[in-house]
Amino acid sequence: MLDKLEKIEKEALKTLASVKDKANLEKWRLAKIGRHSPMMNMFSQMASLSKEERPAFGQGINRLKALLEKEFEDRRAHIKQAELEESLASEKLDISLPGRPVKMGRLHPSTQNLRRVLGILAEMGFQVYTARDVESDEYNFQLLNIPPHHPAREMQDTFYIDTGNNDESEKQVLRTHTSPGQVRAMREFSSQNPDNPPPIRIALPGMCYRFEQITARSEVQFNQVEGLVLGQTITFGDLKGTLSEFARRMFGSHVKTRFRSDHFPFTEPSAEMDIECYVCGGKGCSVCKKSGWLEILGCGMVHPSVLANGGYDPARYSGFAFGMGPERQLMLRHKISDIRYFWGNDIRFLEQF
Amino acid sequence: MKLPVSWLKDFVDLSGLEIVDIARILTMAGLEVEDISFAGLPLPKKDDHGFKVSGIEWDRDKLLVAEVSAVNPHPNADRLVLCDLFDGKEKHVVLTGAPNLFKYKGQGKLPKTLKVAFAKESAVVYNGHSDAIELLKIKKAVIRGVESSSMVCSEKELGISKDHEGIIIFDDDAPVGMPLADYIGDAVLDVKINPNMARNANVLGVARELAALTGRKLIKPNYNFDTSGASLYGMVKIDISQPELNPRFVLGLIRDVKIYPSPYWVQRRLRAAGMRPISNVVDATNYAMIEIGQPLHAFDYDVLEKRKGPQDKITILTRTASQGEKLVTLDNVERTLAPSNVLVCDTKGALSMAGIMGGLESEISGKTRNILLEGAAWNFINIRRTANQHNLPSEASFRFSRGVHPALAEEGLRRCLYWMSQWSGGKVAPGIVDEYPLAPKQSLVKISQKDIKRSLGIEIPLGKAKELLESLEFDCAFEGTETLLVKAPLFRMDIGEGIVGIADIMEELARLYGFENIPESLMADPLPPQRGNPSLEAENRVKDIMVALGLQEIISHRMTSPEIEQKLLPAGLRGELPEYVKLANFIAPEKRVMRRSMLSSVMNVMELNFRQKESLALFEIGSVYIPKAGALPLEPRRLAFAMSGKRTEAAWDSKPESNYDFFDIKGVIEALFAALHLNVKYVPSVHPSFHPGKCAAIDLDGSGLGVFGELHPELAEHYSGNAPVVAADLDLEAILAALPSGYPINAISEFPPILEDIALVVDEDMPADRVESLIKKSGGEKLVAARLFDVFRSEQLGKGKKSLAYALAYQSPDGTLNDKDAADIRNRIVAKAEKELGAKLRSS
Repeated sequence: MLDKLEKIEKEALKTLASVKDKANLEKWRLAKIGRHSPMMNMFSQMASLSKEERPAFGQGINRLKALLEKEFEDRRAHIKQAELEESLASEKLDISLPGRPVKMGRLHPSTQNLRRVLGILAEMGFQVYTARDVESDEYNFQLLNIPPHHPAREMQDTFYIDTGNNDESEKQVLRTHTSPGQVRAMREFSSQNPDNPPPIRIALPGMCYRFEQITARSEVQFNQVEGLVLGQTITFGDLKGTLSEFARRMFGSHVKTRFRSDHFPFTEPSAEMDIECYVCGGKGCSVCKKSGWLEILGCGMVHPSVLANGGYDPARYSGFAFGMGPERQLMLRHKISDIRYFWGNDIRFLEQF
Repeated sequence: MKLPVSWLKDFVDLSGLEIVDIARILTMAGLEVEDISFAGLPLPKKDDHGFKVSGIEWDRDKLLVAEVSAVNPHPNADRLVLCDLFDGKEKHVVLTGAPNLFKYKGQGKLPKTLKVAFAKESAVVYNGHSDAIELLKIKKAVIRGVESSSMVCSEKELGISKDHEGIIIFDDDAPVGMPLADYIGDAVLDVKINPNMARNANVLGVARELAALTGRKLIKPNYNFDTSGASLYGMVKIDISQPELNPRFVLGLIRDVKIYPSPYWVQRRLRAAGMRPISNVVDATNYAMIEIGQPLHAFDYDVLEKRKGPQDKITILTRTASQGEKLVTLDNVERTLAPSNVLVCDTKGALSMAGIMGGLESEISGKTRNILLEGAAWNFINIRRTANQHNLPSEASFRFSRGVHPALAEEGLRRCLYWMSQWSGGKVAPGIVDEYPLAPKQSLVKISQKDIKRSLGIEIPLGKAKELLESLEFDCAFEGTETLLVKAPLFRMDIGEGIVGIADIMEELARLYGFENIPESLMADPLPPQRGNPSLEAENRVKDIMVALGLQEIISHRMTSPEIEQKLLPAGLRGELPEYVKLANFIAPEKRVMRRSMLSSVMNVMELNFRQKESLALFEIGSVYIPKAGALPLEPRRLAFAMSGKRTEAAWDSKPESNYDFFDIKGVIEALFAALHLNVKYVPSVHPSFHPGKCAAIDLDGSGLGVFGELHPELAEHYSGNAPVVAADLDLEAILAALPSGYPINAISEFPPILEDIALVVDEDMPADRVESLIKKSGGEKLVAARLFDVFRSEQLGKGKKSLAYALAYQSPDGTLNDKDAADIRNRIVAKAEKELGAKLRSS
């Protein structure tokens, strides 16, 4: 009987070694360790054995059963692993094939940069104040110290509105700068408390217009962001400190600034802030046109007449204002040589941002 | 303004300063140097000097002053000559074709040598024959059988000006053998003159600034000259009719001038400053103007003498033109004058357009002997208008239209007479006739150290402030110890009084002290209340939602034309044009009004991009402009968007299938309003821009928020697109006004939902949203979802019927629902649907 067991074992192990897949393994299982397998049939023959033979046979067959079951499990694990490996190998992709296009919405680059500028200004306590595009001559010019026929008007070629009314004082224009918003804001805030107007710290973004031909370098419309600070202790030193801080947040923590004298009718003293060219570090390159500096914003202490026009007593209040062009910043940062791209809205331009 | 550095050096010692240092000092102080053009002097060595530079440095060994002693004919060429030339060390024979030497040809040894600019072999100069700016190195060559290895130069070849009419012939006193760089080497600064710097539109003004900024002394010009002959007093009379237009008029007389070309150095400076030399006396007026800033006008005295009656005195009148009055100006154009134009006249009539251009008749000619010289002050606004009106920009009107102080009328006149007497051999008559009816007030400002601290944030002691201001010729005096009385110098008109004057003085102090020396500080002022800008924040939220929904933002020109906006209407449906905000001046007819239609802006950009991509989805948010009689226009913001082309983009394993249609844009709109928590309804609508069967209006509690749909098929021609366009035009102001201040969030049930589908058969014209809202209403709060997943028509259902199939979910926050609960809800829905909509449950 034990011989028989030995024979079964040998035969079972031999056939198991040649089983390579799940289906044959199952066949093997049914044939070798299944309920009707020769091995299982041997159990029923136990009764026919003598008392002396039984223990040895019992031990033998139990060992055989355990052995075959373990071998079966090992084989099954082996086959599963092999099949997995084969399947993984056969499913290998050319990962260099392009992904499926995803439709992605984007903000216009000007909006993106406008948000960045306004975000930095907001961190510095500047609230956004928006004003209108079509302005009166009074707000766009006169209240900002630019009377009719003043030479400063030549600095800004103006679009006039045909209102059918030729009265000088009734003239309407497309705002040439965001500065009329300064006076609108000052008047709004000072009217809340005329004797003691509140301090102001605002950012005025908006589209401005200049009567120019559209070329690679000039546009009829462009965004401007203006800032206005009014209070009782604001100085030119504060202007420099605040705007240098803005420049560091906007262009990098190590950026150097330079303030040089300039002229705006609505500020006095007036200045231009340059930053050291961030492309060449001030050595001179094509972006800064070899100058090492980039002109970033115009600024100055608010002119006493403008303060008075806004309802703020120039003897008690002082402040500064500044203005910059978000599109110009983008052109410098991305080396865009043609300003017409912005309102041209060619999808091939917009999708690069 | 073009400013030769050599000229500046007449008035301030600039030794020890590089050209770029000078440019930097001026730029930092508000006289921005836009570029530097070198002609002879060494160019900056490093690149990081901060300026745009051009030009060349002249080699000191190879470019020299030389003298020509004879001009001989070329043996084989009529148009060339051979010059015997001495460069101080060696003799040369130099070949040239310069036309201004022809007259000396074949005269043998010249009685007086000609001083010329000589370039030796291998010197680098500009190519005088090339229109482009091109350098060349002088090489040995044989020209028509004669060897040539050097040349005599024109101004163009040296980079001084564009002049290549002939070679430079220096004044007789030119030092032979001196390097040209030492003799006339120069650099020309192009300085931007801002309106507040009008006083510095001249050499003296810039020199004064430089002297003050570098702590050097200003060398004052010479205004004195010898006089002889009869005095001008009593010979002429001046009659000013409107002093506010002509505050001052000064006349001087110089007799027996001889008209010649000016000395070479004068011509060179004038050309470098951008003016054309004409003759010694005309050049003197221009030279004095560039130098001092006062435009001047020279009359031929003998012409005036002839015009007056035999018994009269010459009378100069200034007045405005009469209606239709005409004057032939010296450019030989007859100009019809406007009543606002100011004229200088004599008793017989107009002589010149004041401050703008002289008249032809009294112009200086080659025969002029005696000159009556005008120095006058004019109202800058009037001059500006006249110059613009007649389109006559000139160096004179540039200065007059920015303001020239009347004090300069006499100084300029004197300086000009000084140069005329130097250059023309004329004799200045004693006496200057001066009519000065309206002297401007000289500003007086009181400043204290507190003012300085308050404005600039720094402590500048008043003594130091006095010193700084005096360097710009302010007249300062202490009043006690705390106050400085500051009187503006006579040539300045930009200093105000009172608090404005203080600001003006602060600017001068800051410039002189140096902006870079004012330390940066952080604001100590309290932070104003932080209010935010809810309207802009909400606009930004809408933009973010649109982007999240896959649309690209665009920003268009806001100027358009009615014709462009009419493209949004089929030809047959165009009514009367709406009122537009119209531009009085426009750059092009297609940009002559401000837009009224946001959708038109979006469609223009769609059209532009149709060819770039097979799938487009664009949106824009911005203002449209609605005129309002007698007031500023309304500027409401709108949101418009459009989609067209393939719904998906092609990939390597899949081809794009169907095009965007009505339900794509409706999906965007539903998602937008869901994200904004606005519960809107959709109403079938008719709008001329849209397909009559595929257009809906958006309704919020009875008010409209906009329309959307498929664009009218006829518009396809107007926009030359292939695929249908679905578009929306929404009233952003109304949307933002309706935004809820907050919204509740539903709790999420822990218990499993029961899911089941029901299909209801309804009449074909039953709107789906009625069925859905009935299901939701009758389902009660345990019906948590009802999604339409199929619309089905078949013969079995019968003609005029459709089946709408909904996936329903029942769920309770309090426990698990059972089959009976589900049956109750379903039966309620079906019963209501049968009763109210005539629907039938479709048996599966």
